[in-house]
Amino acid sequence: MADHSHGSPESTGVVARPGQGDVQKFQNPGLPPHRPRLADRDPRAEKRAERQVAILFLVSIIGTVLFFVGYFLIPLDETIATLRLQNLTLGLGTAFAMLGIGVGIVHWAKTLMPDHEVSEDRHEIRTEADRADAEKIINDIVEETGIKRRPLIRNTLLGAMILAPLPAVFIFRDLGPLPGDALRHTYWDSGTRLARDPSGTPIRASDVTIGSAFHVIPEGLSDSEHYLEEKAKAVVLLMRLNPESLNPSPGREDWGYEGIVAYSKICTHVGCPVALYEQQTHHLLCPCHQSTFDLTQECKVIFGPAVRPLPQLPISVDDEGYLIATSDFQQPVGPSFWERG
Amino acid sequence: MSSSTTQSTYQPKTSVGKITNYVDSRVGGSGIVKEFGRKIFPDHWTFMFGEVALYSFVILLLSGTFLTFFYDPSMAETTYDGSYIPLRGVEMSEAYATSLNISFDIRGGLFMRQVHHWSALLFVAAVSVHMLRVFFTGAFRRPRELNWVVGGVLLILAMAAGFTGYSLPDDLLSGNGLRIIDGVIKAVPVVGTYISFFLFGGEFPGTVIIPRLYVLHILLIPAVILLLIAIHLFMVVTHKHTQFPGPGRTNDNVVGFPVGPVYAAKAGGFFFIVFGIIAAISAAFTINPIWNYGPYDPSPVSAGTQPDWYIGWVDGALRLMPGWVAGIPLEWNIAMPWGVNTLSLNVLIPALVPAGIVFGLMFAWPWIESWLTKDKREHHLLDRPRNAPFRTAVGVSGVVFYCIMWAAASSDLIATHFFVSLNDVTYWLRVLFFVGPVIGFMVAQRIALALQRKDREIALHGRETGRIVRLPHGEFIEVHEPLDEYKRYNLVNYESHGVLPAEADVNGHVTRTEKARGRLSRFFFEDRVAPVTPAELEAAHSHAHHDEIAEQHDKAAISK
Repeated sequence: MADHSHGSPESTGVVARPGQGDVQKFQNPGLPPHRPRLADRDPRAEKRAERQVAILFLVSIIGTVLFFVGYFLIPLDETIATLRLQNLTLGLGTAFAMLGIGVGIVHWAKTLMPDHEVSEDRHEIRTEADRADAEKIINDIVEETGIKRRPLIRNTLLGAMILAPLPAVFIFRDLGPLPGDALRHTYWDSGTRLARDPSGTPIRASDVTIGSAFHVIPEGLSDSEHYLEEKAKAVVLLMRLNPESLNPSPGREDWGYEGIVAYSKICTHVGCPVALYEQQTHHLLCPCHQSTFDLTQECKVIFGPAVRPLPQLPISVDDEGYLIATSDFQQPVGPSFWERG
Repeated sequence: MSSSTTQSTYQPKTSVGKITNYVDSRVGGSGIVKEFGRKIFPDHWTFMFGEVALYSFVILLLSGTFLTFFYDPSMAETTYDGSYIPLRGVEMSEAYATSLNISFDIRGGLFMRQVHHWSALLFVAAVSVHMLRVFFTGAFRRPRELNWVVGGVLLILAMAAGFTGYSLPDDLLSGNGLRIIDGVIKAVPVVGTYISFFLFGGEFPGTVIIPRLYVLHILLIPAVILLLIAIHLFMVVTHKHTQFPGPGRTNDNVVGFPVGPVYAAKAGGFFFIVFGIIAAISAAFTINPIWNYGPYDPSPVSAGTQPDWYIGWVDGALRLMPGWVAGIPLEWNIAMPWGVNTLSLNVLIPALVPAGIVFGLMFAWPWIESWLTKDKREHHLLDRPRNAPFRTAVGVSGVVFYCIMWAAASSDLIATHFFVSLNDVTYWLRVLFFVGPVIGFMVAQRIALALQRKDREIALHGRETGRIVRLPHGEFIEVHEPLDEYKRYNLVNYESHGVLPAEADVNGHVTRTEKARGRLSRFFFEDRVAPVTPAELEAAHSHAHHDEIAEQHDKAAISK
């Protein structure tokens, strides 16, 4: 069967052999005969098309008027409903104004302007004569500069040209400071109280019932000179679990307080706030890229693109019963960076 | 054109004529009119996508200029006291406050913001669809390879323009987008942290990123886009437009309508249509309601956040990448003589590899294809996608690859919308990321070949009329109506690349790359459908039996 295949639907397989396409080709029959349109033959149809185009231009005029009606007669008050109405009127007015002109012109072109297709020859993009002339001109120019005969000039110019742009690069040095150890420290310090975000009121351990979660900032953050930058590193999620469900590793047993634990809210993937706490499963989910952290395993990554667990903030309680940090984070928070180590 | 030595004796009569002549005799407009007034442009509906892109860019410039008069790119803190009551008294940046003012206190401001945002979305979409059209029809072939590259750069710039503008309102949604960018930049080895600090003028978010993005968005990127559009259109004029094959159309001519009046009217009218449609969308559909998001704050984030559509595929790639594969972390701490450095492959791979594959293949494709087919000729006639099954299959494969990542950017919405597990959606998309392009390739290639076979069938036997006739001896046949020569020519006039086995070079040596090319050629072109030849048509008409033709053909082939 394969030998007989020729590509028709009832047989599959290869049709052609190499070179077959070149053997014979159909003659190009030339442009199909022009078919006159209705408006070409019937004067009434032509008149009708003319009226349609004019009506479309009138639609455009009405659209512009509608725009001004919306602009001047709909006063913006403090409700969003009038804003919506005005936006709709201005938009529809503009839409009619534009579509009236556009559709009108295209309709005009399609029904009334000549629709004979015309053929034009293509030309060589570059003729050989032009190329030869250009080559001669370039050679003459190069010859007249004498750059080939004077390597001293050529080499010194090259050196100058390589060096000259360097200041243009280095002048951008002051775009920003060097990172230093800025990414390794946050606003947290030993004794800093945990406060509610955004009100800044400190949190008592007794306020945190089992199953609840708090969005936390360090107390006094609003006094910071670089509020947003500090907040971008210092935000913390505070949750209280049944102490038995927590499995602290050696050395971290006292980082929580009676089942209350605090973890950095900044995802270790690319830095989104890990804002979703699934109370039942004790999972934290980053809404940006779905990295999932297990609170019962010290926020180890159990799904998604993050690799490192969320850093834990060691906390305790002060004399007045308020939650406090016992130190800064023990490692940099947020996404990884080359110098992180 | 104009000669200052011989003064023209032409004396215009009307006042319009006098003004025209005054200008013309000083700038040489007659020559331009002579050159372009009746220049021929081929017509096809798929040629409009590039126009849509150009026109939406013009609309972007117009609406964007309006917005700059009322927007203040400052991150200085202010307290909002505008018309939108829910945010009154809230601390925010000037950038966000002035964006709110444009929306609520400037008449027509909201409309212009929506026009600007919608046309930005349309701009990138039109550029993308235009490039797909150019790819699938083979319009990138010689002599247009360089213009294809210019187009590719324009696509990247369009995305850059979109992203820099997206961040300017300094709202919560775009601020989180910037934070993701910061996280990705920090993952870059050696210089990442420095780039981040230089870009943001210190620690994220700092106070300079919005003004810096503003300069990129309103000056640098649009200027380069304008320059490249000029180069792009200049090359279109130099090359003249491609045309689809058909009766009367050859590789050496251009068939279509003259610029004046028909083409200019259609193209000019089309600008108003594009503007009108964008205006209608902006009138009826809210885009980016920044007042719902609130000012940027590093702590909150809303669930179901999405970037603008054209960034989605990169965001989706970030989501798909697992941090751990089979218990092995994809972030490595590497001990160096000076300390330990961190390499975040879980961020670097999805941020760089898919984009590298898509853009690398896109830019290199004209040369890959001509290397594969050894076809270095000029092509001014387009391919119907079915008539280049290999290219169509590669293109569909790329589109599927892109769309899987794009879908991944909505993995959470897919999960909540269809009540399925978020993790399962991700697992499936991870599988599809590898399998989808292969399936896409195979299915597209088979569909293209099947369509070619259908074309052959119609060219040989005519159109099925649906009329069943009973012959005197009892046989039922369906009457086929033969095609006229113009319709037939549409179906038979194409080139079908065959397998080109590896060939020896001048020294009689078959190089390794040539061997690889031969294998790829076999893979791509082994299955193919050749165009109907006049002899086959003749045979189909005289004998109704297919096998005989094939046998005759076989004999002819053997005897040669």
